[in-house]
Amino acid sequence: MQTERKIRVLIAKPGLDSHDRGAKVVARALRDAGMEVIYTGLRQTPEQIAETALQEDVDVIGLSILSGAHKTLFPRIMDLLKKKGLTDVTVFAGGIIPEEDVEEMKKLGIKEVFGPGTPTERIIKYVLENVPKRT
Amino acid sequence: MTMFDQKKLEEVKRERTRWEQTTLPNWLKQSRERKTEFHNHSGMQVKRVYTPEDMENMDYMRDLGFPGEYPFTRGVHATMYRGRLWTMRMFSGFGTAADTNRRFKYLLKEGETGLSIAFDYPTIMGYDSDHPMAKGEVGICGVAIASLKDMETLLDGIPLDKVTTSMTINGPAPILLAMYVAVGDTQGVPREKLGGTTQNDNLKEFFAQNLCIFPPKASVKLTTDIIEYCARHLPRWNPVSISGYHIREAGATALQELAFTIYDGISYVESTLERGLKVDDFAYRLSFFFASHNDFIEEIAKFRAARRLWAKLMKERFKAKSPRSMWMRMHVQTSGCTLTPQQPLNNIVRTTMQALSAVLGGTQSLHTNSFDEALCLPTEEAVRVALRTQQIVAHESGVTSTVDPLAGSYYVEALTNEMEEKAWEYIHKIDDMGGAIPAIEKGFFQKEIADSAYMYQREIEEKKRVIVGVNDYTIAEGKCPIEILRIEPKVETAQVASLRKLKRERDNRKVKEVLDKLHYSAEKDENLMPTIIEAVKAYVSLGEITEVLRMVYGEYKELIVI
Amino acid sequence: MTKVEELAQGVLSGEIRSIARAITVIENNAPEAKKLVSSIYPHTGKAHIIGFTGAGGAGKSTLIEKIVREYRRNGKTVGVVAVDPTSPFTGGAFLGDRIRMQELSTDPGVFIRSMASRNYPGGIARATKDAVKVLDAAGKDIVIVETVGAGQSEVEIIKVAQTVVVVHAPGLGDEIQAIKAGIMEIADIFVVNKADRENANKTVMDIQAILQLNNKETAWKPPVLKTVALTGEGVPQLIEKIEEHRLLLEKGLKHKGSREKAEAELIEAIKEKVVSSVLEGLRKEGEFEQLVGEIVEREIDPASAAEKLLKKALKDAEA
Repeated sequence: MQTERKIRVLIAKPGLDSHDRGAKVVARALRDAGMEVIYTGLRQTPEQIAETALQEDVDVIGLSILSGAHKTLFPRIMDLLKKKGLTDVTVFAGGIIPEEDVEEMKKLGIKEVFGPGTPTERIIKYVLENVPKRT
Repeated sequence: MTMFDQKKLEEVKRERTRWEQTTLPNWLKQSRERKTEFHNHSGMQVKRVYTPEDMENMDYMRDLGFPGEYPFTRGVHATMYRGRLWTMRMFSGFGTAADTNRRFKYLLKEGETGLSIAFDYPTIMGYDSDHPMAKGEVGICGVAIASLKDMETLLDGIPLDKVTTSMTINGPAPILLAMYVAVGDTQGVPREKLGGTTQNDNLKEFFAQNLCIFPPKASVKLTTDIIEYCARHLPRWNPVSISGYHIREAGATALQELAFTIYDGISYVESTLERGLKVDDFAYRLSFFFASHNDFIEEIAKFRAARRLWAKLMKERFKAKSPRSMWMRMHVQTSGCTLTPQQPLNNIVRTTMQALSAVLGGTQSLHTNSFDEALCLPTEEAVRVALRTQQIVAHESGVTSTVDPLAGSYYVEALTNEMEEKAWEYIHKIDDMGGAIPAIEKGFFQKEIADSAYMYQREIEEKKRVIVGVNDYTIAEGKCPIEILRIEPKVETAQVASLRKLKRERDNRKVKEVLDKLHYSAEKDENLMPTIIEAVKAYVSLGEITEVLRMVYGEYKELIVI
Repeated sequence: MTKVEELAQGVLSGEIRSIARAITVIENNAPEAKKLVSSIYPHTGKAHIIGFTGAGGAGKSTLIEKIVREYRRNGKTVGVVAVDPTSPFTGGAFLGDRIRMQELSTDPGVFIRSMASRNYPGGIARATKDAVKVLDAAGKDIVIVETVGAGQSEVEIIKVAQTVVVVHAPGLGDEIQAIKAGIMEIADIFVVNKADRENANKTVMDIQAILQLNNKETAWKPPVLKTVALTGEGVPQLIEKIEEHRLLLEKGLKHKGSREKAEAELIEAIKEKVVSSVLEGLRKEGEFEQLVGEIVEREIDPASAAEKLLKKALKDAEA
C-alpha cells in the first residue's frame, strides 16, 4: 500500500450573511481538483471554525464572508487558531473585503484575500502552492 | 387565429431556404461567425435570425391579448407607464434606526416614491442586537430593529398613510409587520389604509437565500398566517413577495428563476386555500419579485412569460374568477451578482440595461443597484446615480410612451413562448415530486441551482462568456477609486445599550404574560399575528418572540448540496 | 521518545491535536501508521462502537447529532467518524455530514472527524477501522461511525461496529428493496426515522414483514424503532436498545463476536500484507510489467498470469 496524501481544506463561513454561492463554487472547484473539502455551512462561530480545523486536521482554511463583520470575526478566528497550535495551517479569505482592510487582515496571519470574480483556477493554484509541507 | 396568412408563411419559408443557400454562405465564407453556437443564460440555443415562422402557431388573442386583459402578457395595466410610472423604490438601511430614517427622508426628497427597508443580519435571523451571534453585525448590512422602539424611530416623521413601505424580511416577517401596524396605530392611520409589502417568502430561503430560522412546514405556516391576516385586516398590504431574485442570485438561470418562483407561488396559494379562504379573497394581493440580469431580451421574455404563466395557473388550476387574482404584479431589482468590483463605473451601464429590460418587461416597481455595491454599502452619491438611472429610463428613453413596445418581435415572442413552455416542464416535474417541500428535502432545487452556478463560473473562467473588466478588457487597477461607506463600531454599542435599557424599563410582567400566550398559541397552531401585535406593543423584543417560536418549531439546519 | 511514540502518547492522553494528527497519519497510510496503530492497540476495546448506515435522505446525520447529545447528557464522551464518498473521477471529496453536528463541535467531550471513502468499497474508508481505534484508545466511551449512505450494499460496517443501526425513512422510494438487497442481515437495530410522516407505520410493517422471513433462532431479534430526529423523539428509546444490545454482547455474544471480528481483521491484514510484499518483489523483477503487456496483447489471461507469478514468488520466498 502506498502513502496517499490528500489535501484537506475547510471552507468556513463566519458571520450571519447567507451568501454561500462563492463558498460553494470554491468548495466544488477544490473538490474537482482532487482535494477533500469540509464545508460546515453558514453562520459558524469563530470557536466552531477553529475547533473544526483542529479536529479535522486540515491543511488549509478558506474563510468566506460578505456581511462586513470581518473586522470583528477574523481576529477572533486567527487568535483561536493560534491558541490551538494551528499556526501551520494556511488561511485565505474571500468575499467582500474592502481593499483598505486587506493589509490589516494579512497582519492577522491571513495569507491571501480573494475578491469577487477571482477565477477558481487561481484559488486552486494558490492552495496547491501554499499547502504547508507537513510530515 | 394564427398571426400570419398561410400563403405568406409559405413564402417566408421558401425565401428563408433560398437565403440560406445563396446569401448566407457567401457571408460565412468571407468571415466565420464568432461562435459555432449562441446560447442565452438559460442554455437555450439562440437562432441566427427569427422570422414569422417562429410565430407560426401563435394566436394573438390567446397568447398576447390586450394590456390589462387576460393572459396579461402585455401588462397588467391597460395604459401601463402612460398612466403611472413604476414605483422607484430603493432598498436601503444601515446603522441605527435614526441613521436610516435620515436616509429615507433624503430619498423621499430626491423623488423616491416608496420606502424599502433593508434589515441587518441579526434582525433577519431573529436575534436581538445584544445576542452573541450578533457581534460585529449590528447595523452593518441593514438597519438594526430589535423592538417597536426602533421601528418608531425608523418611521419617525414619515406618514404611513401616504408612503408605502417594502420590508425585506422573511422568518421574522410577522414581527416586523406587527411593529409596522403598531406604528400605524400610533399615527392614527386606519389599518385598511396601510400599504406596503413584506417579503415573507420563506420557501425560497431553503434553497436560495438560506436565511431560514424554522423548518419548512413551520415557515410556510408563518407565511400563510400573514397572507390570511392581511386578507382579513390589511387589504392594501402585499403579504408576500414571491421572490425569484434570490434564486437567481444564488446562481439559477432565468428559466429556473421563473419556474421555481412560480412554484413557490403555487405552494402559498395552496397553503392559504387550506385555511378556508377563497382564491379571489387573497390572490390579488400576492406579488412577485424578480431579478433583471444581463441578457437583455432573455430577461424581457422571462417577465412576459411569467405574467402569462401565472394568469393561466390562477385561472385554470385555481379557478380564480376575478381578473385581479390573475395579475402578476412584480417588483424587479437589477442583478447584484453582475456587479463587478473591477472598473466599478461599468456597473452603471450594466444596471441601465437591466433596468431597461425590467421596464420593457412591464414591472410595477424597480430597484436599481448602485455601482459600488460589489465593494461596500452604497454611498449617497452612488445611490443617487442609481435612482437617476431609473428617472432617465422613465423620462428620456421614450420606452414608456407605449405599452409593451417589443411585442411582436419574432425573437421576443419566440423566446417568451419557449420560456413558458420549459417552465411548465419544471412545474410538472415538481408536482410529481409532491410539491415544493419534498423537492427541498430531496435537494432538488439546491442541486439545480448549484449546477447552474458552477457552470456559469466555468464559462467565465474558460472565457466562453466574456465579462468586461473581469476576464477581458482588464486594466491594471490601482487603489479603489471610490469612497466607501463604513459603519462605525459605536453603532453596535449604542444599539445594544438602548435595547438593554428598554428591557429594564418596560413592564416585564406584561412581557412574560404575552410570551406565555404566544407559546400557547403557537402550540395550538393558531394564527399568530394578533398575539404578535400584542407582544410588540408591550415592547417585547424581536429576539424574545423568535426564541419562543424556536422552542415550539425547532431550528432549521441547512441541507448542503453542491 | 520518537515522533510516533509522542503521537501515541498524545492520543492516549486524549489530546485533541494528537487524535486528529493520528487519524491523518492512518488515512494517508504514512510510513509510521502501522507503528502507531500497534502502539495504541493494547489500549483499545473499551469503547462501544456503533455503526449507522442506510440510504441518503434518511436523516442519519441529524439522528446521530441527537444521539450524541443524549449520550452527553448521560455523561458519556463520544467520537464520531462520518464517511462521505470520494469521486472516482477526480479523487476529491466533499465532506458535509459534519454540518448537522456543528453545534457539538465545541463540546470538549465530543470529537468529530469527516472522512472520505477514498474509493474503498462497502460504505466506509480503509482508514475507518483504525480511526475508530484511535478514538477508542483516546478514551471515548462511545464511537459512532456513519457510513457513506449511498444506498448501496454498505456491509463493511459490521467489521467495524459492534452494534449496527440501519436507518430508514418513509417515502424514500425503493428503500425496502435496498434492505432486502443486503443490509438486512447486518442490522442489529432498525430505525424508521421521520416517523411523524403519515406513511411511517407502513415502512415499519414492511421491515417487520421482511424480518419475519428470517425465522432462524437467534439470541437477538432486531427491533424496529421509530424516531423523529428533528425533535429528538424516540432517541432515548433507541439508546436503550443499543445499550441492551451491548449488554447482550458483553454476556456471551461478545466473545463470539469479537473473535469473528478479530479473525476477519487478521485475514484482511494478511491479504494486505501478502499483496503488497509480493507485488513489491514482482515489480522489482520486471516480470510483472511484462505480463501486464502480455495480458493487454491477449497472449495470456489474467488468472494464468497470476498463477505463474505467484508460483515464482512463493519459490523465491522459500529459497
